[in-house]
Amino acid sequence: MGSSSSNMDHIPDAQHLMQETGFSAAHLVRLYERFDFLDKDDRGELRLDDFEAVSELAMNPIGDRIIRAFFSPGRETVDFPSFVRILAHFRPTDTNRTRNGRNGAQPEPANSRTNKLKFAFQLYDQDRDGKISREELLQVLRAMLEMQVTEEQLQSIAERAIQEADLDLDDTISFDEFKKSLEKVDIEHKMSIRFLE
Amino acid sequence: MAWFTFPADNLLCRCLGISITVWFTLLFVFIIMPAVLGVSFGIRSFYMRTLLKIFEWATLRMELGAKEKNQELYKPYTNGIIAKEPPSSLQQEIQELRGSANSLRSEPEFEMADIFYFCRRGVESIVDDEVTKRFSAQELKSWNLLTRSNYNFRHISLRLTVLWGLGILIRYGVLLPLRLRSYLSEKVHLMCYRICVRALTAIITYHNRENKPKNGGICVANHTTPIDVIILANDGCYSLVGQVHGGLMGMVQRAMVKSSSHIWFERSEVKDRHLVAKRLGDHVADKTKQPILVFPEGTCINNTSVMMFKKGSFEIGCTVYPVAIKYDPRFGDAFWNSSKFGMVSYLLRMMSSWAIVCSVWYLPPMNREEGEDAVQFANRVKAAIAAQGGLVDLIWDGGLKRAKVKDVFKEEQQKLYSKVLVGDSEDQMEDKRSEDGTPEGDESSKDPAEGQ
Repeated sequence: MGSSSSNMDHIPDAQHLMQETGFSAAHLVRLYERFDFLDKDDRGELRLDDFEAVSELAMNPIGDRIIRAFFSPGRETVDFPSFVRILAHFRPTDTNRTRNGRNGAQPEPANSRTNKLKFAFQLYDQDRDGKISREELLQVLRAMLEMQVTEEQLQSIAERAIQEADLDLDDTISFDEFKKSLEKVDIEHKMSIRFLE
Repeated sequence: MAWFTFPADNLLCRCLGISITVWFTLLFVFIIMPAVLGVSFGIRSFYMRTLLKIFEWATLRMELGAKEKNQELYKPYTNGIIAKEPPSSLQQEIQELRGSANSLRSEPEFEMADIFYFCRRGVESIVDDEVTKRFSAQELKSWNLLTRSNYNFRHISLRLTVLWGLGILIRYGVLLPLRLRSYLSEKVHLMCYRICVRALTAIITYHNRENKPKNGGICVANHTTPIDVIILANDGCYSLVGQVHGGLMGMVQRAMVKSSSHIWFERSEVKDRHLVAKRLGDHVADKTKQPILVFPEGTCINNTSVMMFKKGSFEIGCTVYPVAIKYDPRFGDAFWNSSKFGMVSYLLRMMSSWAIVCSVWYLPPMNREEGEDAVQFANRVKAAIAAQGGLVDLIWDGGLKRAKVKDVFKEEQQKLYSKVLVGDSEDQMEDKRSEDGTPEGDESSKDPAEGQ
């Protein structure tokens, strides 16, 4: 271990990544190491089985959904920039950002409240059609509860959840409805991971 | 100029001759004789102290250099890359999530926000998890002049580079050939191991020698590297148990069998628990035979923690002598990552490190108690070893290095979550009873039960 000196030269396009994601140089180096470590066969990209090797993740009821979130639709590998971009969603929100709308062509940062919500939304909306259908909701519930509740209980839980959130009564939950139902939740804190300096 | 070089040549030869003689004498006096007689000169501890001082100085120089250039010095974290919140229960966290959303809820129910808890935990594991950390070498806070353990190696100062260069010269030019020579000569058991120990410049401190394993027992230790064997065998004779390996290890194993009784298994035989247990049992029952040395973790761990002990050796029902081995990582990383390095390259690394410094604690013997099964006994021994060695006691299976986690752990998580949603059966009974009473009174009595 430690036979390669992990300095910034190994990281492709480091400056650009730093600007895009908001990670500092030290963070990027650290994340690159982790990426390198997960990449067992030294391919330079991660595959499904590399993620599945993380045991704590296998224990997580929605572990496989989280893993799939790293893979862009249609792709079977994750390169380092994609890896970092997804993790950027979990950076704590910068509290000193001015909320005076967008200044010019500045895109919203990856760790904004909206983008965190989008990430969570995608965990539900697996077919990425922009809506959470009843079936998709049931699938998540099944993953989180499996043998612990009966099918009827699952159905009634799903029913109640949709009734609460579905405002335009189309029997699905759109992103805006999702956002609205989570208005009062402290997303910035709950969907953030504190990276050590 | 012929006349000029002639005397110089002569002089050179003579110098060389003298130095070689001196060299060999030193070798003999300082290494081989003490090994035979079992005496120590205390040179190695002096060497160790000097090395430590040099390392501290080197780290200081690096930090100063980095500050001058205004660069960020990459500090390896022994605790991981993210700050993990103090582990609160699933119930607590989900309650918090909901508490902020909707406090008017009268019944436990599913909330869309619940997924955040699992989501964050999942991503945290991807970035940093307890288990895989154990299978990579431990990181150090200061640099010990081995490039392999440093991430910051840059041309920070001339002095540092010179020192590093000198270090390389000494290690590869002096220490390595010395060790190769000594390493290859092996005849008598203890003498051989003592030579090995000096060859690796291993400085071993044995604690509580009165608890040393006796005949007819099993010695159990935590496993970091094959060198563990050398370290323990240096202080006593053991019979070894293990996997038959190919290559260099296999040769060593075959050679050892000729000198004393060891138990080597074929891979296919290991799966047959009864056969293994029988052979171990027979060996132990014979009081004239040496104690058996077993590493119940089954694989090399990086010496920051102790992982699950396999229960096989604890089922036999004889006295167990636990031993804790802790390496000092400042002098060279002893951990053998078998998935990354082969045996030979590992040995090369070991022999060209500065030194191997470790402490061995012999713990008082333990026996299986009444009503305790093999697994509980194994865990008790494991806890004792972890406590003594200052290592983290983990429930995880060392086999996770190669295999995946069982579904039973996932079910645990699901159970916990379902309790939050649907409530325990007792809670539900309360529900029915209190439905006739005042709804308000129930709210307050139910919440503490939910939030644990």
